[in-house]
Amino acid sequence: MTDIAISHLDELEAESIHIMREVAAEFERPVLLFSGGKDSAVMLRIAEKAFWPARIPFPLMHVDTGHNFDEVIDYRDRRAAELGVDLVVASVQASIDSGRVTEDKGPKATRNRLQSVTLLDAIEEHGFDSVFGGGRRDEDKARAKERVYSFRDEFGQWDPKNQRPELWSLYNGRHKQGEHIRVFPISNWTEMDVWQYIARESVELPSIYYAHRRQVLRRDGMLIALTDFVTPLPDEEVEELLVRFRTVGDATCTGAVESPAATPDEVIVEVAASRITERGATRADDKFADAAMEDRKKEGYF
Amino acid sequence: MELLRFATAGSVDDGKSTLIGRLLLDSKQIFEDQLVAVERTSRDKGFDYTNLALLTDGLRAEREQGITIDVAYRYFATPTRKFIIADTPGHVQYTRNMVTGASTADLALILIDARKGVVEQSRRHSVIASLLQVRHLVLCVNKMDLVDYEQSVFDRITSEFSEWAGKLDITDLAFIPVSALHGDNVTQHSPNLTWYGGPTLLHHLEHLYIGSDRNLIDARFPVQWVVRPMSDKWHDYRGYAGKVAGGIFRPGDEVLVLPSGLISTISSIDLYGGSVHEAMPPNSVTIRLADDIDISRGDMLCRPQNAPTVTQELDAMICWFNEKPLQEKGKYALKHTTRSVRAMVRDLHYCLDVNTLHRDETTGTLMMNDMGRVSLRVTAPLFVDEYRRNRTTGSFILIDEGTNETVGAGMILGTGD
Repeated sequence: MTDIAISHLDELEAESIHIMREVAAEFERPVLLFSGGKDSAVMLRIAEKAFWPARIPFPLMHVDTGHNFDEVIDYRDRRAAELGVDLVVASVQASIDSGRVTEDKGPKATRNRLQSVTLLDAIEEHGFDSVFGGGRRDEDKARAKERVYSFRDEFGQWDPKNQRPELWSLYNGRHKQGEHIRVFPISNWTEMDVWQYIARESVELPSIYYAHRRQVLRRDGMLIALTDFVTPLPDEEVEELLVRFRTVGDATCTGAVESPAATPDEVIVEVAASRITERGATRADDKFADAAMEDRKKEGYF
Repeated sequence: MELLRFATAGSVDDGKSTLIGRLLLDSKQIFEDQLVAVERTSRDKGFDYTNLALLTDGLRAEREQGITIDVAYRYFATPTRKFIIADTPGHVQYTRNMVTGASTADLALILIDARKGVVEQSRRHSVIASLLQVRHLVLCVNKMDLVDYEQSVFDRITSEFSEWAGKLDITDLAFIPVSALHGDNVTQHSPNLTWYGGPTLLHHLEHLYIGSDRNLIDARFPVQWVVRPMSDKWHDYRGYAGKVAGGIFRPGDEVLVLPSGLISTISSIDLYGGSVHEAMPPNSVTIRLADDIDISRGDMLCRPQNAPTVTQELDAMICWFNEKPLQEKGKYALKHTTRSVRAMVRDLHYCLDVNTLHRDETTGTLMMNDMGRVSLRVTAPLFVDEYRRNRTTGSFILIDEGTNETVGAGMILGTGD
């Protein structure tokens, strides 16, 4: 009996595996950006599948703002060790210390935007010619127009008006010395697909993705975790709530949502009923301007 | 849940962005924060309604100029299907985007302004959909509210378009009257269109049969990567990783390996942690063979009695994307399945006018957004099928060796002799 119907997750997974194998075959030095977030966790599972039973044939890299959740860092290090792959940590703190970037001042300052410089420096230092990112086109209007293979010039810049046409499943990875390609293998996945896949494949995530009690404060309409890097302003009240995170990034600008969802299936129910996008709900950095993401991407952001 | 990929095309102002905004909104894919942002921008720009087109115009330049300049991908799902929309701009100079969007689409949705009827762009888009072998075509006659929901207007447009479509290679054609602005017939039946007995647009997209669109006959497996763990546990493991491009592969099947011509048997089809009993499009798997044969990236597994054509001569329809025109005798890098070769343009037979289907045989070049038929010679054999038969083994891209830009896309018509 032939099972003709192919589920959307199978089709998305097969497409992502194909992309990863193309990159492994055609580039000298790929690297996979692994933040410990759910999208990078899914990417990592796809990489495992693409090359099984061999090891993943490229290292992982984390651009570390220094403002981390401990659970995420533990998870990151453990996964890399379990898979036996190298982990490169590119430190934003080091970029600040060396004067490559200047940190914003004030209680609401975030290092999210500084990551671009650290990332580009690390790409250059290690000679990476292709960089897997977990970006999805459903996240943002600018991302919706980005290719799976996204060409970056020698300054790491994205030129949205001059992208290579991308047809069928034929990807053009040709580039010159100093240029590189950002590759987005899960471009066509939505937040819902990611969660359905996590549930189906039992992909482990950092515990902060599920409901837990945490001290938070309300800032700009979001719940920001009280950490060593966040100081409450005089009018901000700290409360302990049952929360989970929908994305994981710099602890100073990643918001939590109130939620009792403790399993992937419970999260799926919440995602299905959600009326606010994941970035809108939980990323202060995208609220600057209508074109915030486009501007950051041009500078070399993920 | 099945996945349906569709491409949309339309002229400036025929309401394509509004239609997509409507589909997303009515299927509850638009979140409150997105809608609030769009309502705010609509007010700022002085519209007296919420301009749903603003939901999809992503890049700053697009918002400034009020047009869409690049292919954008959108996602929505209903309880029956997940949809990926390749939203492509309609202007003349962006034909390349329509070709890009159509290359992966199961269905093309073409919009026609009910007041204007079938125009040059509608014809061009249908020709491109046909050339790219998009199996299903839906013609949405939009802005029915502006023609008082008149059935005669709709009937005139459908008959005119049907006559034109007869010249094309289109197997499934549907017509749906809608008003994207008011939501008539997009996701819900409209009381204004009681004379129309067909499905709403969403219902059509949800229930269209796409099960037989895949080629499950001609077994084709381009090898992407050789899996050799070289670990203690998997000491002798040697598998060929790839994405099935056609047919069904099962353990025990006899396979022919190209280009070596050797024959072996599939011993196992592996996928992460175990093996599967079969693989077909679009599966990505790893195939192991019973015999120790030297196989590498760019090789292809097929069947001894059903193999693609092995050739260095291609006859193809090319769509040109670059400001620097295609030149007769020009040389380019060519990527086909997992093989990269060099190609020389031996002959440019004609340039196709995609508005009239007229063939201009006097031209010596293809300009940006032109389509034309060429003969190519490549530096090493390719394993090809006609594009009509297989979109994966029948397609290739051309790359400028100096700039590395993707300058053209080709659909194989035959093996030019």
